[in-house]
Amino acid sequence: MAIETLEHPVVKKERSENLLSKRRRKFVTDPLNDDNPITIQVLGICSALAITLKMEPTLVMSIAVLFVIVFSNLIISALRNLIPNRVRIIVQLAVIASLVTLVNEVLKAYYYDMYKVLSVYVGLIITNCIIMGRLEAFAMGNKAWDSILDGFGSGFGYAWIILAVAFFRELFGFGSLFGFEVFKAIGLESFPNNGLMVTPIGAFMILGIIIWIQRTKSGYVEH
Amino acid sequence: MDLISLGVRSIFVENMVFAYFLGMCSYLAVSKKVSTAVGLGLAVIFVLTITVPANFLIKEFILKEGALSWMGEDFTTVDLSFLQFIMFIAIIAAMVQLVEMVIEKLSPALYGSLGIFLPLIAVNCAILGSSLFMVQKDLNLIESTVYGFSSGIGWFLAIIALAAIRERLKYSNVPDGLKGLGITMLITGLMGLAFMSFIGISI
Repeated sequence: MAIETLEHPVVKKERSENLLSKRRRKFVTDPLNDDNPITIQVLGICSALAITLKMEPTLVMSIAVLFVIVFSNLIISALRNLIPNRVRIIVQLAVIASLVTLVNEVLKAYYYDMYKVLSVYVGLIITNCIIMGRLEAFAMGNKAWDSILDGFGSGFGYAWIILAVAFFRELFGFGSLFGFEVFKAIGLESFPNNGLMVTPIGAFMILGIIIWIQRTKSGYVEH
Repeated sequence: MDLISLGVRSIFVENMVFAYFLGMCSYLAVSKKVSTAVGLGLAVIFVLTITVPANFLIKEFILKEGALSWMGEDFTTVDLSFLQFIMFIAIIAAMVQLVEMVIEKLSPALYGSLGIFLPLIAVNCAILGSSLFMVQKDLNLIESTVYGFSSGIGWFLAIIALAAIRERLKYSNVPDGLKGLGITMLITGLMGLAFMSFIGISI
C-alpha cells in the first residue's frame, strides 16, 4: 500500500468501461426481443416482407442490412460532432446510399444470381427505416463502439424475424429449406405445397402471426 | 392503349403495397385516420408523378452508359450507373424540398393539409422503389410519368382502404398481443387477397 503524501499522491486510475459491460450488452440483446425493430417499433417492414420467399435470399439480405447498419452507425457516430444539425438527414442518406452501392456492386460481381433475385430491394435498403431510425436515435448521440453494438443488435433483431418468416414461407410454400426438400427427405412425398405462402399474402399473414406470438410473450400491448 | 393498360396494371395488379410491399412503414404508421391518410396519399401521388420522370431524365442523360456523349467525344464510354442510388435519393430529397416550397407559396391551404407529410415522403420506399422499377422495366418518358402517377393512385387506394377499416376496428375486441400492428398485418393480407382477383385484368 502506498501512503498518500503530497509528493506521491495515489492516483486512482479511472477504470475504463469493459468492452462488453452489462450496459453495453443491453444494446445487443434489447432489440432481439423487448425492443425488436420489426415487431415492436414497426420499422423496416417493406424489405422484411418482399425478400422472404426463400431462406437463401433472406440470409443474404440480413447480412447486407447488418453490414450497412453497423458501418453507417460507426461512420455517423464518428462524424456526429462535425455534422451540422440542419443537413444531417442528407448526410445520413449519403452515407447509407454509398454503403448500399458498395453492397450492390459486390453482389453484382460475386453473386449475380442473388443480385437478380433481390433486384430493387437491395437499393431499397437505403430507405429502410431501421437504419435511418438508428442513426437519428442512437448514432447521433453516442460513441462509436456503443453505436457499433447497437447496430449489431438492431441488425440481428431484424435478421431473426425475417429468417423466421422465410422459414415458414419456404417450408410450406415449396416444401424445402435452403433448397433442400424437407418433406421428401422425411418420407412425406405427397405433402401439398401451400400456394398462398408463395404470394405476398402469405408474408403478411405469417408476419402478423409472428408479431402476435412475439408480443404475447414479451407482454407488449399497443394502444 | 398501352398507357391505359400500364396504368391499370400498376394501380390494381402490381399494387405498390399488396404486390411489392413498398411504402409499408408510412402505410402502417399513418393509417389510423382517414383524413390524414388522404393527405399522405395525395402527397405520395404528387411526388411520384414528379420524381419518376425526373429520375428518368437523370438516368437517360447522365447515368446510362454513353449518356454523357452530349458533353463531347471523350465521354461516350462513361458509365455512371453505379451512382444510381445516390443520384436517385438526392433527386427525391431535393424534389420533395422543392415541392414543399412551391406548394407553400402557391397554395397555403394545400400546404396546411400536406405540409407535415411531405418530409416524411423522402424516405418512403414507394418513391425510390418506383424509380428503380422504372429503370428495370425500361420505360420511356411518357410511360414513366403514367407509371409514377398510377403507382401513386394504387398506394393511395390501399392506405385509404386500410384507414377506413382501422377506424371501425377501434370498436372491436382484439386480443392484446394482436392489437395494432398484428391485426393490421392480417387485414392487409386479406385486402391483398381481394386485390389478387384483379390479376386477370387486361385492357
